[in-house]
Amino acid sequence: MTIAAVAKTILGPLSDIPFGEGRTYAVGDDMIAIFRLRDGSLRAVSAVCPHKGGPLADGQIDNSVVVCPLHLFAWDLSTGCSQSGQPSIDVYPVRVDDGQIVLGE
Amino acid sequence: MAVPTSQKGPSAVTQKLVVIGNGMAGARTVEEILARNGDFAVTMFGDEPYGNYNRIMLSNLLAGVETEEGIFLNDLAWYRDNGITLNAGVKIERIDAAAKTVHDSNGVATPYDKLIIATGSYSWTPPMKNVHNPKRGYHQGVFAFRTLDDTRGMIRYARDHERAVVIGGGLLGLEAARGLQNHVSHVTLLHAMGHLMERQLDPKAGQMLQASVEGKLGIKVITNAMTTEILGKDRVTGVKLADGTVIECDVVVIAAGIRPNTEMVANSGLPVERGIVVDDQMRVEGQSDIYSVGECAQHRGSLYGLVAPLWDQAKVLADHITGTTDVAYTGSKLHTKLKVAGIDVASMGLIAPEHDEDEVIVYNEPKKGVYKQLIIREDVLVGATLVGDNSKAASLIQHFDRGTPLPEERSELIFDIGGPAGEQSPEEMPDDTQVCNCNGVSKGAICGVVAGGCGTVSGVMDKTRAGKGCGTCKPLVQRIVEWANGGAAEEDPAASWYVPGVPMPKPELMAAIRKYELKSVSSVFAKLVPGQKEDAKSKMGLASLLKMMWADEYVDERDARFINDRVHANIQRDGTFSVVPQMKGGVTTPAQLRKIAEVAEKYDVPMVKLTGGQRIDLLGVPKEQLPAMWADLDMPSGYAYAKSFRTVKTCVGSDFCRFGVGDSTALGIAIEERFQGLEGPGKMKLAVTGCPRNCAEAYVKDLGVVAIDGGRWEIYVGGAAGAHIRKGDLLATVDSAEEVIRLTGRFLQYYRENANWLERTYSFVPRIGIDRIREIVIDDADGIAAALDAAVEEAVQAYKDPWKERAEPATPGQFRTSLPLTVLPQVPVRS
Repeated sequence: MTIAAVAKTILGPLSDIPFGEGRTYAVGDDMIAIFRLRDGSLRAVSAVCPHKGGPLADGQIDNSVVVCPLHLFAWDLSTGCSQSGQPSIDVYPVRVDDGQIVLGE
Repeated sequence: MAVPTSQKGPSAVTQKLVVIGNGMAGARTVEEILARNGDFAVTMFGDEPYGNYNRIMLSNLLAGVETEEGIFLNDLAWYRDNGITLNAGVKIERIDAAAKTVHDSNGVATPYDKLIIATGSYSWTPPMKNVHNPKRGYHQGVFAFRTLDDTRGMIRYARDHERAVVIGGGLLGLEAARGLQNHVSHVTLLHAMGHLMERQLDPKAGQMLQASVEGKLGIKVITNAMTTEILGKDRVTGVKLADGTVIECDVVVIAAGIRPNTEMVANSGLPVERGIVVDDQMRVEGQSDIYSVGECAQHRGSLYGLVAPLWDQAKVLADHITGTTDVAYTGSKLHTKLKVAGIDVASMGLIAPEHDEDEVIVYNEPKKGVYKQLIIREDVLVGATLVGDNSKAASLIQHFDRGTPLPEERSELIFDIGGPAGEQSPEEMPDDTQVCNCNGVSKGAICGVVAGGCGTVSGVMDKTRAGKGCGTCKPLVQRIVEWANGGAAEEDPAASWYVPGVPMPKPELMAAIRKYELKSVSSVFAKLVPGQKEDAKSKMGLASLLKMMWADEYVDERDARFINDRVHANIQRDGTFSVVPQMKGGVTTPAQLRKIAEVAEKYDVPMVKLTGGQRIDLLGVPKEQLPAMWADLDMPSGYAYAKSFRTVKTCVGSDFCRFGVGDSTALGIAIEERFQGLEGPGKMKLAVTGCPRNCAEAYVKDLGVVAIDGGRWEIYVGGAAGAHIRKGDLLATVDSAEEVIRLTGRFLQYYRENANWLERTYSFVPRIGIDRIREIVIDDADGIAAALDAAVEEAVQAYKDPWKERAEPATPGQFRTSLPLTVLPQVPVRS
């Protein structure tokens, strides 16, 4: 599990992301996928699938994993660990503050 | 020789376990007991002055393809390391069950709390004059073939001699003959019965094997050859047969069968019939502390001389002796698959039919030495014999063992027809063999995951993604998991579920959805999954099922959709999408082509390609451009991205083609018009062809329609020409295009309601059986035809072109890019 350091950044309104889906945000040189789980919480992970570069924000999620849309490998959204023997993805701290998505501590 | 040691000091409660017999059964049973942490002080007695070796490999040792070290299973260090006292070369002469002691040839009495008798068998010598020499056991130059010492003696003696005779044409005799060829130039095999391996093979198969043994190996075989006398004064010079024939030789090997070693046990007053009589817990009848296992044990009237039953017995015995009392050995179904003297032979169950109703299937190709016979009773495989080709042996053994339903096409049991290429047995495959050609998964990777503790086929597939591409390798993945897991994969209860995250097969799931009126994917998780746990990998299958069941009433949650269904386009390797407009029946117009060309230019589409379904594919389109392109195209979606009705491929039919006998183009367009966008458990690709020349490839479609002369149409279902090739089964021949459309709807609806998630018609149709499908769809034997018609009509009415969803996005950021992330591999633009 790698919790990557990232400067505090306000990404935009929470309403940008429908329940159960993800959207990609560019933060400096990093591309970060933010997911809004059906339980209301947020997860932030690196947006690029380490397998073949698939767009993870287009993947399907539940309350624990994201499944890459290209080859259906799965990663734990909280730890970044692969469930299928692939390299880990980075995870970032993320929260909601006053209706805004806040990335970083 | 005794090797007493003890690293684990026995505690006060440690029981004394004595094992008579240090062969494969005895040692394996002790291994199984150790694996269960049984608390025993173990003492073993073995006739042979060695550790424990693999008796089956003696023929390889004889043939020079294996070394002595190579055939040892447990060397003396193993006994020492496990605290086992091994008395190798010490014979037990008497068991005193009342006093619970065994008495050995050195006059020592050893007490026991539990006793295991695993005395195995001895090589049986048929009555022959002059076979024994009073001073030295066998006559000089005569050998049995049972022990390591026998084999060593044979090799030493054969080295200086030229002509060998083997008595016995069973498995062992054949192996001995083959092995002896390594040492002498002439080998003759004498068999007292009418054909070789008569216990496992029918006469025809036996003759086929004989022809191969003689032709390919150069071993002379004489059947119906009763050996009556060994000739030669101080050493063997020949053998004499009952008919007076004399065969000159200087080595004789007796491999005429084995008999259980039970004399000492019977003399000790324990129950012995043909073998030592045991119950289902492997306890000797009437004895609570004495067990017997292996070739010497007689269970429910049967003796077993093969290794697989012995492993099963050892497990039950070990469970029971270590305190798991509710276990039972209920007998083994015998099957063997081996190379007999280099020739493939497999045998299981019956070797000849027993009843008039038994179905016998025989294939015989003498020139190649191939013979295959199956015996089927009430649709269950009860016997099979294969000679010369074991490529289907693994799947036959599976059918035989489990009594699984057999394919309607019996020929599929003995040949590979349109399926994956010949079966390879997992043990023969090198570790680096690529098993899954889609996801690049090797045998070694699969075995690694099994060794890591995952014993289910679906678990291994999830972890490695093997079998998750085209699916062709799934049976092989299953066999490797079974092999790596010691013979059988663990039962995966989820295997029967419709989706992995909801513990129900499809019929129960549908009943529950109806009962609780669950109209959204989240409500299914909330109501039907323990702990209300959502599962990402189940969402797409549930969304498809609910849409099929509720049509207009389905509550669409966008996150339940796969990305393709969220944006109505097929995601590509670089995260862009493909756009395929509808082109019914593959018929287009200049105006349509012009529009497509203009759009392709306007959006700088990197590749324009004709699809296999007779349409035009615009590839490499960024997500955010999709709505604008659809607006410019102003054509309906071709659904080239969904688990749904895709296309109807057609030929030019009777309008222009001089051979066409039916208007396939018009019918194809009508079918596509009606069923466009219909969701299902898998893709549905159709075709209509105007004559049996089949230019539209209708025979290999999920549903294919073929015009035949006389204004009639044939409907084929369950065809495929993808990773799996299968010609569809003829469902019906009908008189009108209207009837084709009606039956198409009815069949597709039956498929939608009954197929498993992602199960294409090429699996579904053989699973249900074409006769049964015909009963339901054509004859309406179940009385559901009207309901199927009504349900498909409702789905047809619920159709909406998804490409109209473009003025307003369905969700915030529906078409927002998830790219570009970094520079990704780009598909080169072709000009």
